[in-house]
Amino acid sequence: MKLFLGNEAVARGLYEAGCRVVSSYPGTPSTEVTEFAATYDEIFSEWAPNEKVACEVAFGASVAGARSFCAMKHVGLNVAADPLFTASYTGVNAGMVILVADDPGMHSSQNEQDSRHYALGSKTMMLEPSDSAECLDFTKRAFDLSEKFDTPVIIRLTTRVAHSRSVAPVAERVDNGLKEYTKNPQKYVMVPAFAKVKHVAVEQRVIDQTAYCEKEAVENGLNKVEYNSKKIGVITSGICYQYAKEALGENASYLKLGCVYPLPVQLIKDFAAECEKVYVLEELDDYIETHCRKNGIDVIGKEAFTLQGEYSQSLISKVILGEETESLKADVNIVPRPPVLCAGCPHRGLFYALKQLNVTVSGDIGCYTLGSAQPLGMIDTVLCMGASVSALHGRNAANPENAKKSVAVIGDSTFIHSGVTGLINIAYNATDSVVIILDNSITGMTGHQQNPTTGKNIKGEPANAVSLEKLAEAVGIKNIIVVDPYNLAETKDGIKKALEADGPAVVISRRPCALLKTVKHNPPLKVNTEKCKSCKMCMKIGCPAISMKDGKAHIDFTQCLGCKVCSQLCKFDAIEE
Amino acid sequence: MNKSIMIVGVGGQGTLLASRILGAALLDCGYDVKVSEVHGMSQRGGSVVTYVRYGKNVASPIIEKGEADIVLAFEQLEAARWIEYLKPDGKLIVNTQQIDPMPVVMGVAEYPEGIIASLRAASADVEEIDALPMAVEAGTAKAVNVVLIGAMAKNMQSVSKEKWIEALKASVPSKFLELNLKAFEMGYNI
Repeated sequence: MKLFLGNEAVARGLYEAGCRVVSSYPGTPSTEVTEFAATYDEIFSEWAPNEKVACEVAFGASVAGARSFCAMKHVGLNVAADPLFTASYTGVNAGMVILVADDPGMHSSQNEQDSRHYALGSKTMMLEPSDSAECLDFTKRAFDLSEKFDTPVIIRLTTRVAHSRSVAPVAERVDNGLKEYTKNPQKYVMVPAFAKVKHVAVEQRVIDQTAYCEKEAVENGLNKVEYNSKKIGVITSGICYQYAKEALGENASYLKLGCVYPLPVQLIKDFAAECEKVYVLEELDDYIETHCRKNGIDVIGKEAFTLQGEYSQSLISKVILGEETESLKADVNIVPRPPVLCAGCPHRGLFYALKQLNVTVSGDIGCYTLGSAQPLGMIDTVLCMGASVSALHGRNAANPENAKKSVAVIGDSTFIHSGVTGLINIAYNATDSVVIILDNSITGMTGHQQNPTTGKNIKGEPANAVSLEKLAEAVGIKNIIVVDPYNLAETKDGIKKALEADGPAVVISRRPCALLKTVKHNPPLKVNTEKCKSCKMCMKIGCPAISMKDGKAHIDFTQCLGCKVCSQLCKFDAIEE
Repeated sequence: MNKSIMIVGVGGQGTLLASRILGAALLDCGYDVKVSEVHGMSQRGGSVVTYVRYGKNVASPIIEKGEADIVLAFEQLEAARWIEYLKPDGKLIVNTQQIDPMPVVMGVAEYPEGIIASLRAASADVEEIDALPMAVEAGTAKAVNVVLIGAMAKNMQSVSKEKWIEALKASVPSKFLELNLKAFEMGYNI
């Protein structure tokens, strides 16, 4: 027996289901599924450049007869939505499963979208586990259902399921080998004539799947009815089932929907008829609630709960039972502790240089989004992966004068994901845009995944490395400048040159992530309190290792990595090795 | 009756590893266990919290205000931030280490004074531990988390010392085992 992280249990399910190909792009809270999948030698696992590529790889593998899989966070499914909607038409050869991890409460995301709408929109079956045991079990079921109904199947997790550990029973791997591929343009070539026929099949599939959800899924425990007290009835799925059980125990009856698309109708009607008062417990949108109302089932949903953030056992017991828990309170002024760029982070020097140049910064998704926080405060916009580059072009197209005082910042992995297309647009449609690639040689924010620029694959083996310089040159960028962000003067000078140059420019700010185990650090720095004049210049970079103690600057030896960015700011040479 | 333990601290202090060791030790003792972690952005020097729940049958993996039997705080201000989650008769174990949050670093806020006294005033059962010097003595400042696990282990009758040591062995790389065992003992023997 062992505790499985939800994501790890999905990976175990992939292994046991005989999955052969896994392709994903990292994104919290989905990343570990693919990291764990890569630990099984029987599975070809990879980090793809983005979720669209990953989903298409899984499609190709499925058509070729291998059970295949791709994982992504909720916003990643926006990127992969194009292949998803049509893969729903083609269906599969061997089973194909797509995992999407939603992030209610936005622990690590830029929005709170509810991916169940994608299942509804693309008419793709969607399963939602509520703990690690179900993560494993539902993953295996998903492959069987994919083959049974000739459809991709989506598994939806939320952060609390993906990142919680609980017990999951394991079994042996069953690998039935590659299925035979037979050429079949009517099935796999989605031109209008064939797609029209397939659309009819898709609608019939939804009817068949709904019938399955009404009966067979109840018999095999995918959809579960638990009758206890019938005073309160709860219709729920995923983590909300666990919260409800915690809050209400046997004081309520439960209809737990393991399959959230398609939803049964009669099953819900029969359950609701048995209970006095029926609540729908679901995080984010009123997805199940809307289905109930559409079918004339009287339920209590969002009017008593919320469309925002996470649910919890105490929220449920407060709303349904009117009970509140007593809690302690300390008489302390609680100062917020927002996430910050780590001590020694190479992005810090870059943002300080940008601050000195007083430019407008088009931002992107990654650790460097934290450059928006004070005291650096150097990001003006953050939208989605890759948007820094394309939005900068738009800014400069709106007013060419912006080009001399605006830049985009984008990480190496994000640039490959979808920044390069924006750069091609800049070169092609000719704005004098300055794109800064923050090359820290890793995908940082999601916890150090390799990417096509790092020279290593998911297993850490040597791999082809994209040269950012050559790539920029190949798309038509003539001004390419490489700087070391630990060197403030060099960095500022490099960006200045790029802004003054004729035509678009790319600045590569290159220095590996300070948290990488392969990076060697200098010993921690110390403040010579005799020399320190308390001017606080060293504090302008927002390094978490630097604070004021007894009126003098102080460096925390447990955090300092000796990057010496602060010592370049000290006019009194008070920061010493 | 299920029990709830919260481990709170600052991203980078090793709270995740602590919760994994705790979870493994509890599972080994035959409990149903759920551990909830936070990954991603909040790990970057932000306030982090991990929940560990155990008992006969655990449904929810999270802990809410007034529900924790033990709060193990790796940092003073974090202890104050999360004390609301402690049961009124619960136990708070707090490392006296102070890490300035960014508003303090920037000089727009002050690190609160007298936190431990305020915690004592709010909660009857507070144990303070100066874990950093012990970790340094054991061999590295990074072992603060293991010193604190030792201190918590002493407060938990439900897990024997042997089970803790087994869980520790299974969770840390063998080359750091001796150092971590030393750190654990230091916390355990306070």
